[in-house]
Amino acid sequence: MLLFEQSVAGRRAAAQAPRQAVAPDDIPAGQLRATPPALPEVSELQAVRHYTRLSQKNFSIDTHFYPLGSCTMKYNPRGCQEIAALPGFIARHPLAPERHSQGILACFHELQEILKDVTGMAAVSLSPAAGAQGEFAGVAMIRAYHESRGDTARNEILIPDAAHGTNPASAIMCGYRVREIPTGADGDIDLDALAGALGAHTAGIMLTNPSTLGVFDRKIERIAEMVHQAGGLLYYDGANLNAILGKVRPGDMGFDVIHMNLHKTFSTPHGGGGPGAGPVGVSARLEPFLPIPMVGCNGDDYYWLTEKERPQSIGRLSAFAGNAGILLRAWAYARMLGRDGMHRVAEFSVLNANYLMKRLTDAGFQAAYPERRATHEFIITLKREAAELGVNTMDFAKRLLDYGVHAPTTYFPLLIPECLLIEPTETEDRRTLDDFVTIMQCIAGEARETPEVVKTAPHKLPVKRLDDVLAARQLDLRWRPENPPPGSSD
Amino acid sequence: MSDIPSELLYTKSHEWVRDEGDGSVTIGITDHAQELLGDLVFVELPNVGDEVEAGADCAVVESVKAASDVYSPLPGEIVAVNEALAEAPEAINESPYAEGWLFRLKLAEQADLGVLLDADAYRALEDAD
Repeated sequence: MLLFEQSVAGRRAAAQAPRQAVAPDDIPAGQLRATPPALPEVSELQAVRHYTRLSQKNFSIDTHFYPLGSCTMKYNPRGCQEIAALPGFIARHPLAPERHSQGILACFHELQEILKDVTGMAAVSLSPAAGAQGEFAGVAMIRAYHESRGDTARNEILIPDAAHGTNPASAIMCGYRVREIPTGADGDIDLDALAGALGAHTAGIMLTNPSTLGVFDRKIERIAEMVHQAGGLLYYDGANLNAILGKVRPGDMGFDVIHMNLHKTFSTPHGGGGPGAGPVGVSARLEPFLPIPMVGCNGDDYYWLTEKERPQSIGRLSAFAGNAGILLRAWAYARMLGRDGMHRVAEFSVLNANYLMKRLTDAGFQAAYPERRATHEFIITLKREAAELGVNTMDFAKRLLDYGVHAPTTYFPLLIPECLLIEPTETEDRRTLDDFVTIMQCIAGEARETPEVVKTAPHKLPVKRLDDVLAARQLDLRWRPENPPPGSSD
Repeated sequence: MSDIPSELLYTKSHEWVRDEGDGSVTIGITDHAQELLGDLVFVELPNVGDEVEAGADCAVVESVKAASDVYSPLPGEIVAVNEALAEAPEAINESPYAEGWLFRLKLAEQADLGVLLDADAYRALEDAD
């Protein structure tokens, strides 16, 4: 029941209301509302129960295994939250002068240095507030670079067909045309097609390596050479950085620009749309174009780098320093891991994925690339189950929820029919992985014997099977009172 | 097994083409394509009067799973679009070869129907898929 529906006229709970030291009496009369807002009128206990119950309905990394491919839903260490919540960080005003902000600036500077080191790039800016904004910044820098050289005929970005949908969207937002490059049967990019597409119009290529197919493109050095020879730049989508953290560096592979998803690889909380942080790193020739603000250090003091020091910057993408609280969590995480810990992230995320893929294929499930070693994620295709039993991937995904597992990514990448993209991450133990295999076997058994149970799942959640079509066509998330109070707009 | 009418022509990217015999063709997506996409929720159509080249993306079909470009297999001018799809995109799922048509093209002079696949060739492609 919605909190509004529990409302009883005149009920109040003032004990927790903030006390105003000074009444806000300087608001212009024209800005004051004539009627009070329609708020639920409930007791403190009602409010507490309501929000506690809502939180219990959550599917989250704190409560459930969450193998959502390409999203890297790993545990968010509480130590990182604690550090980011220190009063010195929380109470600092974003406009506080540099001399009063040396602590937070030192953390940001150190995070810039750590990210440079772990990705092999020459410089890093932390300001993009999410992965998609990092992509936008990256492509905008590619554009700024070509334009600064008067090389303005380059109007095309190449993108493999397995890419995340954000890649073509970012390229188009920056005014580029997108040309799709097919993937070969082994999961690597089709080099002949790439050679055919490269030319005087190529501004760059956007690659995710390891790709969303869960394999590492083995010909990356050749690809880098071909794109650079054509005068294009290489963009690294950091969505899958977890698989190679501390092991292989995008800078060493020949990439010119990279965005990192700190909310994935550096374990800051995410899901439900945010908050994110998408720092960008670049090779030396792109450094002047990095988004501002960045943090500089002269050996003694830390200071902001802004328009003045960075006249060629693509500019500001967010207010102040981006999602500062998320950057602090990522800094704490990186410091907690240290260099050795970062290696272990990559090792165990890859080990967990390969273990799970092997166990699932032994249990009769079909891997999309059985001859390839998985990276930190892999794809199972339920094409056979869909054809033979009429139980498809969406049905499996919904049934997994009944068993207390968040469904893996479904129907992506689009290349693989009836697919599940599974990413266990390094923070799950072997028992959790074994349980997942048992649950998948159970559902496969149900699909054979009592398919209706799977096709009508979920059965144990607060809401049953939702109408995806209706939700897409007539999305309606707003509650409207039956008897609107007088003076309200509708 | 999906439906592949023998009187139509096809493309590798899962469009079908019906020769209207008057220098124009009608284009839609195949039964196999609608099956892969799942329930359609939106369709974006080209404008009547648009000139399109062979291989140009000129429509978008969006389902609960994915958004996909539709390519014009031949060059020409858009002379009609299926307006009814704005309100009822499910027509593509229910009747991909009739009520679910997307657009009609007045063929350019250089248009060559010979580049398209016949039903047998398309079936072979689908089987390999």
